[in-house]
Amino acid sequence: MTPQDRALVAELSAERAGLKVDPEKVYLLENRLGPVARREGFASVHDFVCAVRDRDEERLIWAAVEAMSPGETAFFRDPQVFGKIVAEVLPELARRREGGTVRIWCAACGTGQEVYSLAMALEETPPAGVAVEMFASDLSERRLEKAQAGVYSQFEVQRGLSAHRLVRHFEGLEDGFVLSPRLRQMVRWRRVNLMEDLSRLGRFDLILCRNPMGQLTDEARPRLLANLQGALAPGGWLVLGPGDQAPGLNPASDHPAFFSAAVARAAA
Amino acid sequence: MVKDPEGVKLCLVVDDSRVVRKVARRILEDLGFGVAEAADGAEGLAWARTAMPDVVLLDWHMPVMNGMEFLRRLRAEPGGQAPKVVFCSVESDLDRIREALDEGANEYIMKPFDGDIVASKLMLAGCL
Repeated sequence: MTPQDRALVAELSAERAGLKVDPEKVYLLENRLGPVARREGFASVHDFVCAVRDRDEERLIWAAVEAMSPGETAFFRDPQVFGKIVAEVLPELARRREGGTVRIWCAACGTGQEVYSLAMALEETPPAGVAVEMFASDLSERRLEKAQAGVYSQFEVQRGLSAHRLVRHFEGLEDGFVLSPRLRQMVRWRRVNLMEDLSRLGRFDLILCRNPMGQLTDEARPRLLANLQGALAPGGWLVLGPGDQAPGLNPASDHPAFFSAAVARAAA
Repeated sequence: MVKDPEGVKLCLVVDDSRVVRKVARRILEDLGFGVAEAADGAEGLAWARTAMPDVVLLDWHMPVMNGMEFLRRLRAEPGGQAPKVVFCSVESDLDRIREALDEGANEYIMKPFDGDIVASKLMLAGCL
């Protein structure tokens, strides 16, 4: 990749998805774009980026941008977060929504491990008296496809997932494991760019957005927070990544990732 | 194997492969465990009778005494209910994993493994 190639990818990533990409990180760029270039039939990453520049095709541009978005995830990553959701947040939301529906959104869900972890926890300890709607989104179509299929490698099911949950919720395949259809059907999926207007998605009682904040440009970060807060129902909870802050929401006293919206705003 | 007075947890690695034992030892020591090694179930049981470990990383298929037999006998020993037992085997069939859990294993690692997987499974078993 030439310096011009790297600068173009960094510029497109920032412009389209608010992603902060350091053009000096040659290895990272090559590593993420290499598989995309091969998949698209190019002999090198440089050839791929030239095509992105010269053809100006949305599909190719997004293939490059999606490759630069963070997709790192694991089952039950940070178990304390899931513990608090199941033991405190969901029962509280269930009381407030009694007889109705609690809406949950995993924003930037990657390949689905986080939302499926929540699905497993919900199936094991269902909140009383409410229906639960689970919704998951990601910038990357490819990651969403993998998430929807619910097929994970031997390596993936051993990161964060207990053997008890593996035998309870998965079936073995020749090369990997597939999540039970029952759990897969609990989640609805959609490609969402978190930088765009999210009002069409409606309001959610619980939003998890645990990856992208530190990966965003300085301009994109407040926009993402405003978008997420706008999608939060009154009294709802926003769960962010380690170290992320949400000015305007109330931080939970017992866990730095949890922020709640004022209940009173509902009446306003 | 003598328990460390400073409270370092002891892990007994029972596996007939010297290479696996060596790799496991390095990972476990990095995680702060004291490590003892046994090449089969019978040797492992002899270790456990001398000093009961906190954790056992246990292969399934071994000569002399296999992992399942070791687990049954360990659990029947005085104090043998206490160690967390993490199977570590090439067996990846869910029925076999279920069988190991039903027999009293706390966690299960499918080989090949790396440091992240071992750490994750030990955490899930409550050993970290």
